[in-house]
Amino acid sequence: MSAPAPALELRGLVMEYTRGNPVLRGIDLSVGTEGLTAIIGPSGTGKSTLIRCINRLVDPTAGQILFEGKDLARLGGEALRHARRRIGMVFQEYNLVERLSVMENVLSGRLGYVSPWKAWMRRYPQADVDRAFELLDIVGLAAFPNQRADSLSGGQRQRVGIARAVMQQPQLLLADEPTSSLDPKTSVEIMELMRELGRSQGIPVIVNMHDVELARRFADRIVGMSGGRIVFDGPPSALTDEHLKQIYGGEGWLH
Amino acid sequence: MSGPGARAFPVNWWMRAGWIALAVYVVYAASRLEFTWARFVVGLGNGARFLERMFPPAIAQPDSLATGLLESLQIALLASFLGIVIALPVGLLASRNLMPVWATWPARVAIALCRSFHPVIVAILFVKAVGFGAMAGILALMVASVGFIGKLFAEAIEEISLKQVEAVRATGASFANVITYGVLPQVFTRFIGFATYQLDSNLRNSTMVGIVGAGGIGGTLFSAFQRFDYDFVAAILLSIIAMIMVGEVLAGWVRGVFLEKGKVDAE
Repeated sequence: MSAPAPALELRGLVMEYTRGNPVLRGIDLSVGTEGLTAIIGPSGTGKSTLIRCINRLVDPTAGQILFEGKDLARLGGEALRHARRRIGMVFQEYNLVERLSVMENVLSGRLGYVSPWKAWMRRYPQADVDRAFELLDIVGLAAFPNQRADSLSGGQRQRVGIARAVMQQPQLLLADEPTSSLDPKTSVEIMELMRELGRSQGIPVIVNMHDVELARRFADRIVGMSGGRIVFDGPPSALTDEHLKQIYGGEGWLH
Repeated sequence: MSGPGARAFPVNWWMRAGWIALAVYVVYAASRLEFTWARFVVGLGNGARFLERMFPPAIAQPDSLATGLLESLQIALLASFLGIVIALPVGLLASRNLMPVWATWPARVAIALCRSFHPVIVAILFVKAVGFGAMAGILALMVASVGFIGKLFAEAIEEISLKQVEAVRATGASFANVITYGVLPQVFTRFIGFATYQLDSNLRNSTMVGIVGAGGIGGTLFSAFQRFDYDFVAAILLSIIAMIMVGEVLAGWVRGVFLEKGKVDAE
């Protein structure tokens, strides 16, 4: 991965939920304009916090988040909303609006661009609607546009979640443990979908996951975190048992 | 330590003392207010004579019965509609999970004020302010509706899943769009539930505010009472029951429509 200008650059990112008790202890990370980056590490090591800092669902205590020439850590109000429109996000528990239809959920990816009145009246530009149908087709849900989100299975919901994120036409796709609530087969399908969409849209994907094997299989680059710091950064082939011991601690679990 | 015959639960002397104190107070208060069996038995006789004079019901003044009922219905509908329209933003402002303290605090005070008096007392105040008639009744029931819907709406919003809100926020949606997509769908069915309940309750109360001159069938009822026109009173009471029952059926139908819609969508 030798991209000319990084799509995202984190500099000295620190996050403390309580004072003097940092979850992230100075993260420096540069992500190129393509490829899937997997962040692995034990629970509670700040993977989720890191992902959520990037689009400011949580506010970092210190450091810079450079994206499209702006420092997201400094933005607020409308500027922050405009930056968020350019970053798609997929969640562990899908976070669909349960009582809305699949189509409404996918189109909600355009809510940053549609006026409140038009959003309320469900009057989206036809180009958005066409694209939504296209995306539903890609994620394999072409048959269910009018079904309510709460009637879908976990795998189907996550597909809607991915369609919603890609609907934003983002320049960066984030995913916070997208497969942790899914069975192994569905997890693989979801990871394949994320990788494919990242490639077809030509955007980088950052996925935070706990399944090392899945990360090895799908990632172009693996970032290992431990205790709020990055302790490994390289291609999957370079990730050895030694590194895993360093990331997760102990070794009894390895074989 | 705990040999045979040990108690499974410790004796709570405070609890026992509390129960005894409550019993003593009930007996004392009843004696103070002359709440006695003898008076009740005498009253039963009076009640029987009263009922006897009510039957058969007779519609002495069909015109004033019809206008009164219609006015009550209009008071209930207008008060519910306007009250709900005001209650929605107030309830939203009062929800502590979405709003900062400087917004929730005044909204909560407003809701508490709206709830602190019975509609009849509020109606008396409005009759003083805007004069006799339906206007006072509408305003009084509006206040009650803002209090009730505002409180329940705020509570419903405080129980929503913030994950759905977060996801909508992450798309870069404006605040208004976060509300319409992330919040409203989650509270919509509950909102329909308590809006129809409020309409029901306004219908009942609209028959009562007339007693203090705030319009509706209550005024007709009160004057019939004062004329000892008990058969007309009976006719009015029966028509009120009929109106309330029709209202309940309608409210049930509205709820059914939305419930049905949810079911179809889920299939």
